[in-house]
Amino acid sequence: MTQQAVTQPVTTQPVTTLDPRLPYILGDHDNHSLTELVCGIVERPVPRWWWPAFLISLTVASGALFAAVYLISTGVGVWGENQPVGWAFDITNFVFWVGIGHAGTLISAILFLLRQKWRTSINRFAEVMTLFAVACAGVYPLIHVGRVWMVFYLAPIPNSHAIWPNFRSPLLWDVFAVSTYATVSLMFWYVGLIPDLATLRDRATTRPRQWIYGFFALGWRGSARHWHHYEIAYLLLAGLATPLVVSVHTIVSFDFATSVIPGWHTTIFPPYFVAGAILSGFAMVLTLMIPARELFGLRDLVTNQHLDKMARVLLATSLMVGYAYGVELFTAWYSVNFYERFAFMNRVFGPLAWGYAIMVSCNVLIPQLLWFGRVRGKPWMLLTISILVNVGMWFERFVIIVGSLERDFLPSSWGRFVPTWVDILQMVGVFGLFFTLMLLFLRFLPMIALSEVKGILPHSSHHGSTDHATDEPSVAHSDKELVVT
Amino acid sequence: MSIERNQRELFGVIATFAGPAELLEATRQTRDAGYERLDTFSPFPIHGMGRVLGLRPSVLPWMVLTGGILGAIVALGGMLYINVIEYPINAGGKPHAAIEPLIPITFEVCVLFSAITAVVGSFFLCGLPRLHHPLFNSAEFARTTDDGFVLAIEASDPRFDPDQTVRLLESLGGQPVTLVEV
Repeated sequence: MTQQAVTQPVTTQPVTTLDPRLPYILGDHDNHSLTELVCGIVERPVPRWWWPAFLISLTVASGALFAAVYLISTGVGVWGENQPVGWAFDITNFVFWVGIGHAGTLISAILFLLRQKWRTSINRFAEVMTLFAVACAGVYPLIHVGRVWMVFYLAPIPNSHAIWPNFRSPLLWDVFAVSTYATVSLMFWYVGLIPDLATLRDRATTRPRQWIYGFFALGWRGSARHWHHYEIAYLLLAGLATPLVVSVHTIVSFDFATSVIPGWHTTIFPPYFVAGAILSGFAMVLTLMIPARELFGLRDLVTNQHLDKMARVLLATSLMVGYAYGVELFTAWYSVNFYERFAFMNRVFGPLAWGYAIMVSCNVLIPQLLWFGRVRGKPWMLLTISILVNVGMWFERFVIIVGSLERDFLPSSWGRFVPTWVDILQMVGVFGLFFTLMLLFLRFLPMIALSEVKGILPHSSHHGSTDHATDEPSVAHSDKELVVT
Repeated sequence: MSIERNQRELFGVIATFAGPAELLEATRQTRDAGYERLDTFSPFPIHGMGRVLGLRPSVLPWMVLTGGILGAIVALGGMLYINVIEYPINAGGKPHAAIEPLIPITFEVCVLFSAITAVVGSFFLCGLPRLHHPLFNSAEFARTTDDGFVLAIEASDPRFDPDQTVRLLESLGGQPVTLVEV
C-alpha cells in the first residue's frame, strides 16, 4: 500500500502561466491518497540520503556543543568581543534565528486569520522551522552571559542578594518575549499536530509506534465535539500568536533602540526589524521547502503556486526592508545630528562597507528579480535568491550590531571586532543543530498538516460532492468552494 | 454480528458514510428520528456539523479571556509590588509606580496565560487526554483519522435498539454498520 504513494504521478505544471484559479492541491488526490502520501514518508524506511545528511548535521552540531563547553569552562574571552564591541556574533546570530522563526508564525497564524487557504500545505513545516529557529536563538543568550550558572538572575525571582531583575530593562522584556514566543509556538504547533498524530496512531503497525503516537495524540477521536472546541482553540491561538509575533521582534529591536548608540537609537527599528524578520523567515522556508518537496515527492501539495505566493511575500517584505534602509539614511541626514550622520556614513563607507554592500544587494537588489513571473516559476532561482536573502539578513544584523559598536562617540575608544575560531565554530555548529532537528522532524512527524489539507480538497466541502460532482469536474469548482467553506 | 447481546455490554453502533455531505445528511435524519446521544467522527472538521448536532457555542473564548485578564493582573500587580514595595530602585528619578516600562512584560504574560488556557481549556472541554475509548475497539473506526466519516449512536440513548437503529443507519446509506462493544 505504501508503494502506491511513491509512484503517485506528479503533475507537471506550466512554469510561466499560473492560473489563480488553479487548485492548491494538484493531482487526483482523495483523503486516503493524501494520508498515504504524507504518512508514508514517516512509515517507510528512510531515503538513502537521510543518514548521511543526519550524520553530517549531527557532527556539525557537536561543534556547537564543543564551542559552548569551551566558552563556559574558559570564559567569554575566547570570543572576539572586547571593548567597545561587547555584542557581536552572539547577538547577531540570536537576532538572525529569532527573525527566521517569525515566518512560521506568520504563515500559521496571520495567514490563517486572513483565510489564505494555501497556507495549509506549508504551515506545519514553517511552524516546526519556527520552533527550531527559536531553540537555536535561545542558545546564544544562554551562553553569552558568561557565567551560565547565574542565568537564573534573568528569572523573575529575587537572587541570593534579594535583588530582583530590573523589569524596566528591554533586556528583561526580551527574556519574557522570547520565552513566551517559544512556549506559544510550541503549543500552537502541538495542537495542530494532534489530529495527525492520531492518524499515525491508527495506521501504526507496531506496538511501540502505536503507543508513542497514541500517547502524544492524547486519545484524539476526531469527534464533532472535539472539532467544535478545537477549531475555536486554533482560532484563538492564531489570534494570540499574531500580536505576539509582532511584539517579539519589536522588543528585540528595543534592545537596540532604547540605547544611546548612534545607529541603534532610532524609532524605525521595531517595524524595520519585524519586516526583516518576515523576509528572512520566508527565505528560510523557501530554502528548506524547495529541496524537501523534491526529495519527498510532494509537488502535488507544495505546488509552484505556493512557491509563487511565498516569493511575492518575499518581494513585499524586501521592499519594506529597502524602504527602511532608505529612511534610516534620510533620517540620519535630516536629523542634523553629527553622530547619527557619522554612524551612517560609517555604515555605508566605513570598514564594514563590504558587509553593507552584501546586505543591500542580497536583501533589496536581488529580490527585485521576483517581480518577474519567470523567476518566481523556477524553483532553483527561488532557492538561490532565498539563500542569498538569508546571507543578506545575517549581514544586516552584523552590520547594525558590530558596525555601530565599533565606532561610537569617542574616536579614542574605537575598536575593531575580529571573530575567533570559537565564534565561527559556535555559529556553524548552531546551523548544524538546526538541520539535525529538521531532519529528525522529517523522519518522525508528518511534514504536511493532513487534517487541514484534507479540509481544502475540492470534494471535502459538503456543498460539493453530491450536487456538483456529476455535471462538472470538481476541479473547476475548487475556487468557489474555497470561498464557501 | 452480536445483535442478541445484552445491551449493557454494547457501547453503541457506528456507521461509515461516503463523505462529509452524506454524513451531515444522515446525522440530520438521525436527529429527526429522535436520537440524542450521537456523535460524528471525521478526518477534518465538517462545516455545519455543530448546528446539526445541536452543540452550543464553545465556552472556550470566555475561559481564554479570563486567563488573559488573570495573566495581565498577575504580571502588572507583581511587578508593581516589586518596584514599589519589595525592592524600589530610583532609576533616573522616575516614579516607582510608573507602569509605562511594565507594559511589554504585562502584554507577554497576558498572551502566555491566554494561550495556556486555550490549550488546557480545549483539552478539558474535549475530555482529553483519554488514552482509551470503547470506539477504539472497532477496526472500522480507525479509518476516521484517514478517510472515514462515521456516525455513532450510543447504546445509552433512550431510543437505542440494536435492530432498529442498525436498520435506520443502513437505510440512510451507512456502509458498513457495526456494533461496538464496551
